[in-house]
Amino acid sequence: MAGEVSLRDTYGKTLVELGKKNRDIVVLDADLSPSTMTKYFAAEFPDRFFEVGIAEQNMIGIASGLAASGKIPFASTFAVFAPGRCFDQIRVSVAQARLNVKIVSTHAGVTVGEDGASHQALEDLALTCSLPGFTVIVPADAIETARVIEAVAGHIGPCYVRLPRAKLPNVNKTGYRFEIGRAVTLRPGKDVSVIAIGVMVSKALEAADILAEEGIDCRVLNISTLKPIDEAAIVEAAGETGAIVTAEEHQEHGGLGSTVARVIAKHHPVPMEFVAIKDVFGMSGTPEELLENYGLTAPDIVKAVREAIRRKR
Amino acid sequence: MTTPSNANKSSSGTSADNVKAGVFSSNEDLTAVAKRLRRHIVTMIAGAGSGHPGGSLSAVEIATALFWKIMRHKPSDPHWRDRDRFILSKGHAAPLLYAVLAEWDYFPLSELASLRQLDSRLQGHADRTATPGVEMSSGSLGQGLSFAIGVALAGRLNAQRYRVYTLLSDGECDEGQTWEAAMAAAQFKLDNLTAIVDNNGIQLSGFNRDIMNIDPLNKKWAAFGWHVTDVDGHDLNQLLDALDRAKEVKGQPAVIIAHTVKGKGVSFMENNVDFHGKAPSAEQLEIALKELA
Repeated sequence: MAGEVSLRDTYGKTLVELGKKNRDIVVLDADLSPSTMTKYFAAEFPDRFFEVGIAEQNMIGIASGLAASGKIPFASTFAVFAPGRCFDQIRVSVAQARLNVKIVSTHAGVTVGEDGASHQALEDLALTCSLPGFTVIVPADAIETARVIEAVAGHIGPCYVRLPRAKLPNVNKTGYRFEIGRAVTLRPGKDVSVIAIGVMVSKALEAADILAEEGIDCRVLNISTLKPIDEAAIVEAAGETGAIVTAEEHQEHGGLGSTVARVIAKHHPVPMEFVAIKDVFGMSGTPEELLENYGLTAPDIVKAVREAIRRKR
Repeated sequence: MTTPSNANKSSSGTSADNVKAGVFSSNEDLTAVAKRLRRHIVTMIAGAGSGHPGGSLSAVEIATALFWKIMRHKPSDPHWRDRDRFILSKGHAAPLLYAVLAEWDYFPLSELASLRQLDSRLQGHADRTATPGVEMSSGSLGQGLSFAIGVALAGRLNAQRYRVYTLLSDGECDEGQTWEAAMAAAQFKLDNLTAIVDNNGIQLSGFNRDIMNIDPLNKKWAAFGWHVTDVDGHDLNQLLDALDRAKEVKGQPAVIIAHTVKGKGVSFMENNVDFHGKAPSAEQLEIALKELA
C-alpha cells in the first residue's frame, strides 16, 4: 500500500548509523541478513559483523561473550528462531548472566504470510517477558523503529525488539520521541480505550474512526514497551474510560492482553476484551487474509469495543 | 578432619611483583596444590550435602595447570582488562572453580563452607553475577564454548592479547550447540581460544559409551577444524606442555582432550557413576580426606 514503510529496512539502516557513532556496536546474524536487513551493517562494517550460519543457540552464546567483554551486540534472526529456537541460551547465557545483549527479531506474527505456521512467531512476547530483567519492545511503525533501536543501544541490559516482515503505515510523526516504558496516547477519548501494540496500532486507529461515526469516543494507546509496561497509563485509561480492549498479533496467553489484565485487576478492574490469537497456530495465506482469518482487523476491534462498552456498568 | 586454610599455601612461589603485574607463575609443588584442591572439593560438597564431586575431581590437574602456571590473572582485580579468561562450561564442576578461586584469595577460604546455602556467593552451579572471578553463568550444558568465542572475538577486535580457556565435559559433547560453536571457532580462526575436554568417560546416568557414544572425540574435533592434542589429564607435565603448545598454534583454535578418571583421588569415587552428583557421607568424607592427606 502507498505510504507504508518497512520496519526491518529502517532497523538495518539505523544499525549502520549507530555503528558509525559507536565502535562497540557489533552485529550477529544466522544466515538471514538479507531478510533481517543486517546486511547493510555487514557491508559497512565487515569486521564487526559475525555470520554464524544456521545456528541460533551459538549466536546467542557468542553475543553474550561479546557483551561480557564490553561490546553491544545486536543479534538478529526471525522471531520463531530467537527467542523460539534458543530460549534456554537466552535464559541462562543472557538473562541470568545479566548481559547487555540486544535481540532484534523480524518476521513475527501471522503477517509473515505464505511461509505458514512454522515461521509465524505468536509466543515470542510471552517467552521474553517471562525473563527477569528483560526489556521487551514492539515498534508500531518505521519512525518508532529507528527511535527504539537507538534507545535499546543506549540502554544497559538485555532487550528483545519484535519487528514484522510487512511494511506498515506510519502512525507517529517525524520528530516522535520514544522512551522505554512510556505509552503514547495517539488519540484521546473518554468512552473506551484500545491499547494496541505493533501491527495492531494502525488497525486500532482505523477502528477508532469507525467508532467515531457511531458516536463512540475511543482512546488509542500505543503501548510500545511490553516490559516494563506503563502501568500509570493503563490505570489512567481504565479510570477515565471505564473499559479496555487490547489488540496484539500474538497468543492471548502471556502477551499484551494478559499483561494489561494483570495491571487493571490489581489497580482498577473494568470490563476488558482481548483481540489476539486464540490458542491456535497460523497457516499460509496473504497477510491480509490471515489477519482477517484470525480476527485481527479494524472491524474485529470495533466488535470488541462494542462488547466492552456493553459490559460497562 | 583437616580443613585447608591460607596457612597451607605459605609455600606459594608467587612474588609480590608478579601479583602486581597480574602475571602468575607459581613455583609451588603442583601435586600438593592438586591434593589441597581435592580436599576442598570433597569437604565443601560433604558440608553442603549435595553437589557433583566426580566431575570436579577429574578436572583438578587441568585447573591447577591453568591457574598456577599458564594463565595471567589478578585476584585483586577480577575484572582486570588483560586477564586470561577461564570459562567453566561444565558448570556442575563449580566446587573445583570455587576451590581454585579461594586458594587465590578471590574470596576467603572460609567461604567455601557456604556452598549451596541460601544467599551464598557460591551457588550450586557457576554464576557470574554471584562470585568474584567466575566469568560466566553455566549449568545448562553446551553454552560455554559459544560464550568463549564471543570473548575471543572481542579480544581480537580490541587487539588485546589475552587468551581464552574453556573447560568442557565430555558428556557436554552430546549437546548440538557444542558443535555449532566448534564449527564457528574454526571458521573465525580463533587461535586465541583453547578448549579442554575433561574426558572422564562418565555422564549422569552411566558411561558415555552406553548413554551416547561420543568417541572418537579427537577425530571429531579435528574434523571440525581444530588443532587436537590428547593428554593424560592427571599428568601435569603433559597438560602444561599441551597448553604451552596450544599458544603457538596459528589460524585455528586448539582443543586438549584430557583423558581423566571421574572421581580421581578418592578410591570409592573413581569411575563410580554414583558420585557424579552425590555428596559423600561424614564417614566417606573421613576416608576421602585420609586418602588425600
